[in-house]
Amino acid sequence: MEVVIKAEKLSKAFGDFIATNAISFEVYKGEIFGFLGANGAGKTTAIRMLCGLSKPSSGEATIAGFDIYRETESIKKNIGYMSQKFSLYEDLTVAENLRFYGGIYGLGRKELKEASEAVIKNLGLEQERKKLVSSLPLGWKQKLAFSVAIMHEPKLVFLDEPTGGVDPVTRRQFWDLIHQAAARGITVFVTTHYMDEAEYCDRISMMVDGEMKALDTPRNLKKQFGVDSMDAVFYEMARGAKRSD
Amino acid sequence: MRILKFLLQKEFKQIFRNRSILTMILMMPVVQLLIMPLAADYEIKNIHIALVDLDKSPYAEDLQEAILASGYFISVGDFNSFEEANQAFEKGTADLILEIPAHFEKEIIDFKKTSLNISANAINGVKATVGSAYLNQVINRFAQKLQANISGGIQVESLNWYNPFLNYQAFMVPGILVLLVTMVGVYMTSLNIVKEKEVGTIEQINVSPIKKYHFILGKLIPFLIIGFFVFSLGLFGVARLVYGIVPIGSILALYSFLFLYLIAVLGIGMMLSTYAETQQQAMSLAFFIMMIFILMGGLFTAVESMPEWAQWVAALNPVTYFIEVVRLVVLKGSGFKDLLPQFGIIALMAIISNSWAILNYRKTT
Repeated sequence: MEVVIKAEKLSKAFGDFIATNAISFEVYKGEIFGFLGANGAGKTTAIRMLCGLSKPSSGEATIAGFDIYRETESIKKNIGYMSQKFSLYEDLTVAENLRFYGGIYGLGRKELKEASEAVIKNLGLEQERKKLVSSLPLGWKQKLAFSVAIMHEPKLVFLDEPTGGVDPVTRRQFWDLIHQAAARGITVFVTTHYMDEAEYCDRISMMVDGEMKALDTPRNLKKQFGVDSMDAVFYEMARGAKRSD
Repeated sequence: MRILKFLLQKEFKQIFRNRSILTMILMMPVVQLLIMPLAADYEIKNIHIALVDLDKSPYAEDLQEAILASGYFISVGDFNSFEEANQAFEKGTADLILEIPAHFEKEIIDFKKTSLNISANAINGVKATVGSAYLNQVINRFAQKLQANISGGIQVESLNWYNPFLNYQAFMVPGILVLLVTMVGVYMTSLNIVKEKEVGTIEQINVSPIKKYHFILGKLIPFLIIGFFVFSLGLFGVARLVYGIVPIGSILALYSFLFLYLIAVLGIGMMLSTYAETQQQAMSLAFFIMMIFILMGGLFTAVESMPEWAQWVAALNPVTYFIEVVRLVVLKGSGFKDLLPQFGIIALMAIISNSWAILNYRKTT
């Protein structure tokens, strides 16, 4: 299987505080990889290192075959990113956001038009294309932000708590988009707090106090802990945590 | 280049969609240039003077006439004694008291020394100092005229070069124009970038393949254009149409300097944005810097009359040089050759502020 992310003892310290402590794992092409952990477990720090937004303190990692120390520019061309902080321009319209983000990833005139139309059609935003993003409901904004993040057909997309604050129906629709992307061969690396969402992932890793304590399929994890839901797995793991906020 | 095109398109759409920024761009130069020069005028008129004439002679009357005819003084009445006039002081209706002693005329005719008593109400220090100085001038001129009549003495005539009528507007308007352009650079740039930080879109930009220089040019160019627009609107619109100020020097030199100056202050705005996480912080930082820029740039206080340490601060202030340049070009008619030192310094400042911004921006990502 083609390895898209390979991390080896990746660490990040802020002074004395070790946010992420020597995590090692691999993520394969087309996989939906769930990255779970309580608040403050070090998930966002890990994602920021993998995206090239912050330099690791030690350890090695490659993203799509590129080194995270030396080849951040190549990495940036091959990944998409959607953060928990909503990242579209609220004072631009739907079409303008698509044009801008497609444009800065270097899509040509024709590609840009096609990709924009595809997103608008797929999300059913035909009536809203000329509306400011600020006027859309949160769930739509998130679906649009995700579509923008994969508009340039990256090898890999990082989603940092993409479904925070939306209703279960919208979350379900959001996950349909994620499955569509994975079916096209885009690897999805997603963090979440919702354990029902964890069930949709191909494999799950659990972060506790900056360390990766478990890594397996949801089914195997449940078996391992002798429980019947991911919720219960999460409680079992997180109970031992010292850090929380 | 294509990436830069997308960045600029986005930036201009956002700017033109934001009514408060548009208002600031269009209204600020017009309103401030219409109001400030009229208010920020060093010339003091309407000084209220209480006259105490104990002599009641023709000479004493001539003197009083000369004072009131100068146009700076308004008489609050004739008083019979200093004590009486003093009550006008206490009530706050008079700024100055002039007491003409008895035997004033007689002493002059007898070639004796005579003296006048001027008292100033120094609660308003500026009015007191400037008022006494004006009064002294009027009295000196009066004395010279008397002397000339009697012995044909020397008369002093002074001329003000480059601004012959000491027109304060010609002096203030170009300076205020400089402050406006500075505000565009410092406030707009820093707030714009920090807003992207606050909303989180800068993170989205940072994970994209946009190069740093793309991002920085994408921010510099729009505000450079706005700066040029504001300056031109002020110079050819308000200054020319309302105040009749027409630059007599090289417009090309002025605009070349404006270009370097804008790059320098936009760099300062970007540098501030790397230190602030929220728009509130950026606003406070920018306000602090602007206060120093405004008060120590030679617009309201001449740099030469500042204490030495303050002159050093003024020397590090880009506003100082642009005000110098604008005044030299507009009033004196200077061109490139006369402005070489200022060009050198502002170019250096542009390099420093932008390098600082770029280095610091790198660290934060």
